[in-house]
Amino acid sequence: MDYFIELFLSGLTRGSIYALIALGYTMVYGIIGLINFAHGEIYMIGAFTSFIVATTLSIYGFPLAAIVVVAGVAAAIWSSAYGYTVEKIAYKPLRHAPRLAPLISAIGMSILLQNYVLLAQTSDFLAFPALIPEFAFMEPVAHIIGSSDLVILITTAVVMLALTLFIKFTRIGKAMRATAQDRTMALLVGINVDRVISATFILGSALAAIGGLLIASHIGQINFAIGFIAGIKAFTAAVLGGIGSIPGAVLGSLVLGLTESFATGYVSSDYEDVFAFSLLVLILIFKPSGLLGKADTKKV
Amino acid sequence: MMMTVKEIKKSLLVSLWFVFLTFPIMVIKVNPIERTVTWRWSNVLYVAVGSFVISLLAKAWLVRKARAAGRQQAACQARASILQELLHRPGYRYPLIIMFSGLALAFPHLFSTYQANIMTTALMYIVLGLGLNIVVGVAGLLDLGYVAFYAIGAYSYALLNLNFHLGFWAALPIGGLLAALFGLLLGFPVLRLRGDYLAIVTLGFGEIIRLVLENWNAFSKGPSGISNIPRPGFFGLEMSLDHAMIYMYYLMIGLVLLTVFVVNRLQHSRLGRAWLALREDEIACQAMGIDKTRIKLTAFALGAFWAGLVGVIFAAKTTFVNPASFTFLESAIILAIVVLGGMGSIVGVICSALILTLLPEYLRALSEYRMLAFGAILVAMMIFKPEGLIAAVRRTYRFHERKSVAALQDDE
Amino acid sequence: MMNKRMSKPILDVSGLTMDFGGIRALDHLDFDVQATEIVALIGPNGAGKTTLFNCLTGIYQPTDGEIRLACPKTGQQTRLNGLKPNKITEKGMARTFQNIRLFSQMTVLENVMIGRHCRTHSLILGAILRNRKTREEEQETIHKSYEILEKVGLAGQVDELAGNLSYGAQRRLEIARALATEPFLLLLDEPAAGMNPQETVELVTLIRQIRDEGHAILLIEHDMKLVMTLSDRVVVMDYGEKIAEGTPEQIRTNREVIKAYLGEDGE
Repeated sequence: MDYFIELFLSGLTRGSIYALIALGYTMVYGIIGLINFAHGEIYMIGAFTSFIVATTLSIYGFPLAAIVVVAGVAAAIWSSAYGYTVEKIAYKPLRHAPRLAPLISAIGMSILLQNYVLLAQTSDFLAFPALIPEFAFMEPVAHIIGSSDLVILITTAVVMLALTLFIKFTRIGKAMRATAQDRTMALLVGINVDRVISATFILGSALAAIGGLLIASHIGQINFAIGFIAGIKAFTAAVLGGIGSIPGAVLGSLVLGLTESFATGYVSSDYEDVFAFSLLVLILIFKPSGLLGKADTKKV
Repeated sequence: MMMTVKEIKKSLLVSLWFVFLTFPIMVIKVNPIERTVTWRWSNVLYVAVGSFVISLLAKAWLVRKARAAGRQQAACQARASILQELLHRPGYRYPLIIMFSGLALAFPHLFSTYQANIMTTALMYIVLGLGLNIVVGVAGLLDLGYVAFYAIGAYSYALLNLNFHLGFWAALPIGGLLAALFGLLLGFPVLRLRGDYLAIVTLGFGEIIRLVLENWNAFSKGPSGISNIPRPGFFGLEMSLDHAMIYMYYLMIGLVLLTVFVVNRLQHSRLGRAWLALREDEIACQAMGIDKTRIKLTAFALGAFWAGLVGVIFAAKTTFVNPASFTFLESAIILAIVVLGGMGSIVGVICSALILTLLPEYLRALSEYRMLAFGAILVAMMIFKPEGLIAAVRRTYRFHERKSVAALQDDE
Repeated sequence: MMNKRMSKPILDVSGLTMDFGGIRALDHLDFDVQATEIVALIGPNGAGKTTLFNCLTGIYQPTDGEIRLACPKTGQQTRLNGLKPNKITEKGMARTFQNIRLFSQMTVLENVMIGRHCRTHSLILGAILRNRKTREEEQETIHKSYEILEKVGLAGQVDELAGNLSYGAQRRLEIARALATEPFLLLLDEPAAGMNPQETVELVTLIRQIRDEGHAILLIEHDMKLVMTLSDRVVVMDYGEKIAEGTPEQIRTNREVIKAYLGEDGE
């Protein structure tokens, strides 16, 4: 039973991280209908920025609490800046181009960012500093759930709640929902669509950065290529839940995290990634609208 | 080039933004084991100057493009490049072709075997590019898992040889057909999907194939791969390594010629027209009685076929295959070749395959930046020159003896 | 008031209903088209005319009802429900689009040649070997396409990119492309939209000529003058229902129609 609970909780942790990344995919898709291929790279850059900042601060002898806060904020700021810049350079000029064009541009951006980090930093795996301490009160249940799992679950829950409130009640959140429903109408009622799109990229990137920081300190190492596989999995989660739908992205992520955790725990870990990819292929073929998405009717 | 103060100011702001953006990753380098921090301040300067210049150039380009579009009403009319112009003029066409083929034939004798070997690789990418060009360039289906078919070709030769001692020449068609078969199997459920979903599914398929090859030890020998794959034979003749390399080179020349011939004929056929139409408007295509699934499937399978052929040749050339040769990046390189060359343009794909494979080989200093450049090419081409280096030109048709011929020729 | 014809209709629609979620776009629609007849479909915006076309041509699957197509030559009847759009075109019904959907990066001639696709057969091997049969088929495709272009008055622009044509010429090219599929029933979705008076007059002549060559025509049109001069019969739709049907004269004086167009308190 303990093993089952352990797998369940580690599945939830996994799913939470996927959710933080998947939200970025789903929000961007909801607004401009583009699969932002470079989103996994934004997450990777978040992890790298927090690694660089945290290690530097720890070398200069700052206390742990300060390191966590500064690294988290820096990761969010720079990831957002990258997300914003990528949109401005690679997607905005192509908003009226044929559908294939922004997709190819996104793939290019993804490759570009990966290799930029590879060249500017290193291709080796880097040890990520332990930012989350082992809490004493977690001692009795440590064999089932680690402290960092707990932190990840709580942080994700808080972030989700904040995001929901943000989208429901703030001006820009409302503008986002309006733009997602009908971009032309939003433009006509005076919403600055460019600003909404930028805000979506910034928000999605910040969420991905938090995910990057959490997973990196959870696993303990990073390298330039972590964004690719994480991006694909988060995208799988977003599609599973119904791309464009925010609750769908969270649900899909949790489902994917749990199934992966149980599959690796009870079956075999060799085919973990094959499993995720196969799931993606199967959903897209048989139920492309996902669990909570709505099927789109073609206009003629 | 006229630059106003305002534009320069804007570019300065852009450059400032990039200095900020790249600051943590470009400037700070930490070593978590030795616990040292290196501040690479000189990078600030490079980034500042680099982004300033690129920003100015990009702006100048966009201004020029807008002006050109304003001047010419028929902006969407693709103009023939000089090379194509020459190829279409009979007076130049044959001397040019003879010159090129002379050069191609003499190449291994003019230069070293090492050079011929590099050239063979470039020729392989030409065929891969032409194959993917059918799928992406002509039919407009973004296939991000093209490398899977390449892997299928390579592994089918490796495994057929390992288990059944099948020779190169027997494996060559089998590899191609097997890849095409996989193309059909994948395409059948997948080709109904919308363009962007299709891209993701093919990407997933590519990764699945690679991961299966990596993990299924009993079948594919896992990550260590299969070695001692024989090179192609020539009527049982024993060849030195040098001769085998040169033989390989001529083989590839032959395959390139065959591919160009076949792809060219396909493009200018009933099928090729349907592919192009499908790229432009699927619904209109269906309304014209075109079975879109069937037409897409043929494009997909034909593209896969060439990848399978080159896969077999790759296995024979390197005498060793392992899953690491078939990552997503390989698909991305081939896609970059198609995009840079110009979607649907055969001459363009040949040129860009040569540029993208030979340039990093000969400028060793650049080879480190190879993938960075490929990424940048994909983005830049989409923004600045989506039609590619050498755009495909629409064909005009000739008529046989009819009263309308005169009227038609007046028109040209 | 409706004169029941003796011959079997080539298109027979009965009880056709189309729901989008909770919205009923077509509501138990019945009508038919006879061979070599010109039927006009009119009605206010949003009446469901284009939805009807999309149901007929297989782009939408109707929720309920029957669509039957009968070839006037063989008399063979086919139920169109559930068939793919390309199959329906093969059966002999072709259409044009309200918002022009040409292959704009292909030449005028190529656009029409695409229309010949479903009447030709060469495949991969034929394309590669370019054997005699393929060459002959290709020549025939070119000739037939060219003939059709002559008919619609675009023979002088065969090598032009379709996207560079004038608006009126693009509409005529759409008709040419549809004709190339050898339909016995041609559906035209607002063929005169955006045309100047001169072009509209030419269009009327063209449509008459097409009918005289043995094609039946079902057209959606807002230009009442064109509808009244051209059509043998008019079907009026409003809110997805058929509210009237008859000769142009009958429709002109029909109170229901006037009400639908001018609102409740119209004269």
